[in-house]
Amino acid sequence: MQTIDLAKTPLRELNQALQAQAEQTNQTEWVIENPKGGHAIAVGLDAPIEVTVKGSTGYYCAGMNQQATIKVTGSAGPGVAENMMSGTVIIDGDASQYAGATGQGGLLVIKGNASSRCGISMKGIDIVVHGNIGHMSAFMAQSGNLVVLGDAGDALGDSLYEARLFVRGKVKSLGADCIEKEMRPEHVEILKDLLERAGADADPSEFKRYGSARKLYNFHVDHAGAY
Amino acid sequence: MDKTPQTLPRESYTYSASINSEIRRAADTGIYDIRGGGAKRKVPSFDDLLFLGASISRYPLEGYRERCDTSVTLGTRFAKKPIELKIPVTIAGMSFGALSGPAKEALGRGATLAGTSTTTGDGGMTNEERGHSEKLVYQYLPSRYGMNPNDLRRADAIEIVVGQGAKPGGGGMLLGQKITERVARMRNLPIGIDQRSACRHPDWTGPDDLEIKILEIREITNWEKPIYIKIGGARPYYDTALAVKAGADVVVLDGMQGGTAATQDVFIEHVGQPTLACIRPAVKALQDLGMHRKVQLVVSGGIRSGADVAKALALGADAVAIGTAALIALGENDPKWAAEYDTLGTTADAYDDWHEGKDPAGITTQDPELMKRFDPIEGARKLRNFLAVMTLECQTIARACGKSHVHNLEPEDLCSLTLEAAAMAGVPLAGTSWIPGQGGF
Repeated sequence: MQTIDLAKTPLRELNQALQAQAEQTNQTEWVIENPKGGHAIAVGLDAPIEVTVKGSTGYYCAGMNQQATIKVTGSAGPGVAENMMSGTVIIDGDASQYAGATGQGGLLVIKGNASSRCGISMKGIDIVVHGNIGHMSAFMAQSGNLVVLGDAGDALGDSLYEARLFVRGKVKSLGADCIEKEMRPEHVEILKDLLERAGADADPSEFKRYGSARKLYNFHVDHAGAY
Repeated sequence: MDKTPQTLPRESYTYSASINSEIRRAADTGIYDIRGGGAKRKVPSFDDLLFLGASISRYPLEGYRERCDTSVTLGTRFAKKPIELKIPVTIAGMSFGALSGPAKEALGRGATLAGTSTTTGDGGMTNEERGHSEKLVYQYLPSRYGMNPNDLRRADAIEIVVGQGAKPGGGGMLLGQKITERVARMRNLPIGIDQRSACRHPDWTGPDDLEIKILEIREITNWEKPIYIKIGGARPYYDTALAVKAGADVVVLDGMQGGTAATQDVFIEHVGQPTLACIRPAVKALQDLGMHRKVQLVVSGGIRSGADVAKALALGADAVAIGTAALIALGENDPKWAAEYDTLGTTADAYDDWHEGKDPAGITTQDPELMKRFDPIEGARKLRNFLAVMTLECQTIARACGKSHVHNLEPEDLCSLTLEAAAMAGVPLAGTSWIPGQGGF
């Protein structure tokens, strides 16, 4: 196991070391100590390694992750796992705004709550939030799945494209063009798999599915009032 | 027969035929007009400036004999690998999607032949574009369509797009007609829908966040790539200062004549400032921060000739970028397609419905049949020629002003034909020593 203490090691050295790990590296386990809310920790990784950040992180932890499994034992600042391509990111605590923004793949698990704009513009990432999510989550979300075990704030899924949203609790309001949809067997299967992978003990039958009404896909003046 | 004298029909300036036609169009359709290109209204521009040339107190350099350098290096502040260009004219960001694949290929080939860079656009980087562009700037846009770390790393520079001259504060729209299977796949969207590009970034707001975003991108790319920040001509002094504060290596400043693939006409014509009005405030911001020539300034929006290049450089820019002029060099709006422009209800040199994907020149389209009309090799040759002419023209003017490098051009080499341009450019009105707005007037 490799341990890097950010109290003694510059961020550049940390990321350089993690980014240098190749596909076949035998240095598969890394521990980062003293993150102290620092920004851009463990960004741009591209190897199947496991990184544990002991503490809380600032902006963009695990940004653009590929293949790696990154666990934050504390909470994460804005933009955690932004534009993630693959791999897994797990936040034991809460996540600030824009969690998983524009993510294109992989799994982001937030065991606490996520703030506003969780999954904004998501493009294929799967996000599972054990707690609640804030307003404008999944805004312009294109594809992927957002699972929320708690409640969702205002304007969920505003201007949604093809992403699927599963919420167990209350939804304060739905955004433009976002509607509740039938939960078909294939959706139950997707949800079941995600809950299992995210270590979430919840019954898929308790969730509702939300998606795009697809009425705003091609602009029409009669829809102008929807915005 | 009535011999009463008649006055000639008099068209109202306020209610001109053009204005009235737009009122009728709006009344008929209920939707605003969308088009491509930049501001078409007349604004104070480089045309209002003149170079003074050499005289008894300034001696010129010999044309074709004495050296006048044109090289420019972009990204010297923090990047480990700055971009070295042979000429101070670059190709502005234009997307695959708005433009056809062969058109993007031609831009890459032509720029490479001329020794300069080209730039991706909304929609991501294509392999063809990367392959044909020796130096490729990768745009980091609010939509993040196609954004991935591998492309970030194979780019030569990264341009964070905050704004665009045609629509400062606006996002983009690529209508469904151009969302083909490949374009849709690259953008992760259903085929045929109207694709919106967000007007602001999804994971940062304000200059303090932007500084951290730049840190993240530098960490992902090993601090190798120059980071540009592109701003529209809104508040050039403060935006430039904030871009520098956020850590930019290069500021790209785009005035309202700069083009777009598709935006509301009302936005293009009524939001933002003319390019000429933006340069001096941006340069002053750099000077006030002690960063002029340390953070390079690239100016775009209505650059059409070597004279425009020379004037932008004289006002303090390090380089310029061209978009619309590059497309025209490739063959866009060519009169040889006059009959087809007529069918589309327009004329050559006025065609701007690029969003409809019906471009007779085969450039701003995804229609396979129309695309066949455009030869990327020939297009590249024309672009290379045009860039060479712009450079020669710029050198001609620089030599006439006695400069051994085009960067040695300065405001002192200029005068203005109009009060407005004199005030905006901060150079004297011709025949006077008066700079409106300075010296207490």
